[in-house]
Amino acid sequence: MAKKSIPIFASLFLLLFVSLSYGISEIYKDYIYQPGTLKPVDSKTKLRVGDRAPDFTLPSISGEKVSLSQYQGKKNVVISFVPAAWTPVCSDQWPGYNLVKDMFDEHDAILLGITVDNIPTLYAWTRPMGNIWFPVLSDFWPHGKVAKKYGVLRSNGVSERALFVIDKKGIIRYIDVHDINKRPPLEDLVRELDKLKNN
Amino acid sequence: MKKLFSLLLAVVVCFAFFSVLDLPVYAAKEPPAEGGPLPVIKLPVPKSPEEKNYLGLKGEGSFTIPQIKAKVVIIEIFSMYCPYCQNEAPRVNELYNAIENNPDLKGKIKIIGIGAGNTPMEVDIFRKKFQIAFPLFPDVDYSIHKVCGEVRTPYFIGVKINENGSHEVIYSRLGSIEDANKFLDLILQRSGMKKEGS
Repeated sequence: MAKKSIPIFASLFLLLFVSLSYGISEIYKDYIYQPGTLKPVDSKTKLRVGDRAPDFTLPSISGEKVSLSQYQGKKNVVISFVPAAWTPVCSDQWPGYNLVKDMFDEHDAILLGITVDNIPTLYAWTRPMGNIWFPVLSDFWPHGKVAKKYGVLRSNGVSERALFVIDKKGIIRYIDVHDINKRPPLEDLVRELDKLKNN
Repeated sequence: MKKLFSLLLAVVVCFAFFSVLDLPVYAAKEPPAEGGPLPVIKLPVPKSPEEKNYLGLKGEGSFTIPQIKAKVVIIEIFSMYCPYCQNEAPRVNELYNAIENNPDLKGKIKIIGIGAGNTPMEVDIFRKKFQIAFPLFPDVDYSIHKVCGEVRTPYFIGVKINENGSHEVIYSRLGSIEDANKFLDLILQRSGMKKEGS
């Protein structure tokens, strides 16, 4: 009987404890697509801390092209891959980063936001976020090329929710391929940027 | 029969487990209704003497909203990550100042903020960025957000606290308070602190 009860216990536990909970802002009203709970991680990056960060050039919503290499020797870089525009957690991640420009400045860091969406979609989606101080880049075509290079392209063509911290020498110092259903806590990013400051 | 017994046993054990952990068991389907009670929201007693004093609390541990020393408590469910909440912050500060600068209202209407899915650092950033003087509480695991019906943010709940310790939700609405003075007026009327037309 004990063995038979395990699935019942497990199902009840999941039903009672696991629930989708997004602190979604009213700013997007009902325009956010609800994908449900997704497989937390659906890729495996070969990149490791200590590796040189692969260079890339991508178009931004402001019209300029942005390359990772342009920051080498000048700024630490935080790359924030988010899976897709108009989805719950992503829509509540970058507005927080937008509020803490001074935190990035204190760490002499720039943030590069990347999704596999095209420029018009990214433009429309980020407009309600206000004046975004960091470059928002489109990895739309060739589809997900940069996400693939970084090993964070999921099997359905969107990227993982991932953070890469790259120092001024172009070396990867932190990788967080996060559970796609959850927002990475700011504490983790600040801790990693602090480490760069202390070195 | 055995299957039914297993199922019942599983239900009892799961509920007992959650009771022991003192966690909310399920997410509410709807936000708190006006005219009804507020779901049980347990918050830690603030460490800061100023915040503790503002809420009229003593000691340590946790407290529930009706334990706050006030006639009305206004709860804002917000997120540091929500652009509307960022835009709303100066307006809520205006409301706070309107209350604190009015000797007839000071001490009778209190405001608290609950940061849905926010960590202590994220709440602290929001507090410092917008110079918020009233207490803000992190709701890291969304547990309070869940019992409040997983509302979008910002969401405002006004709770009238009666002298006998009972309480009633007098305001429960999504979105901006629009005008701090008009909102305050509405709260005063709904709480009975100000009669309509006076």
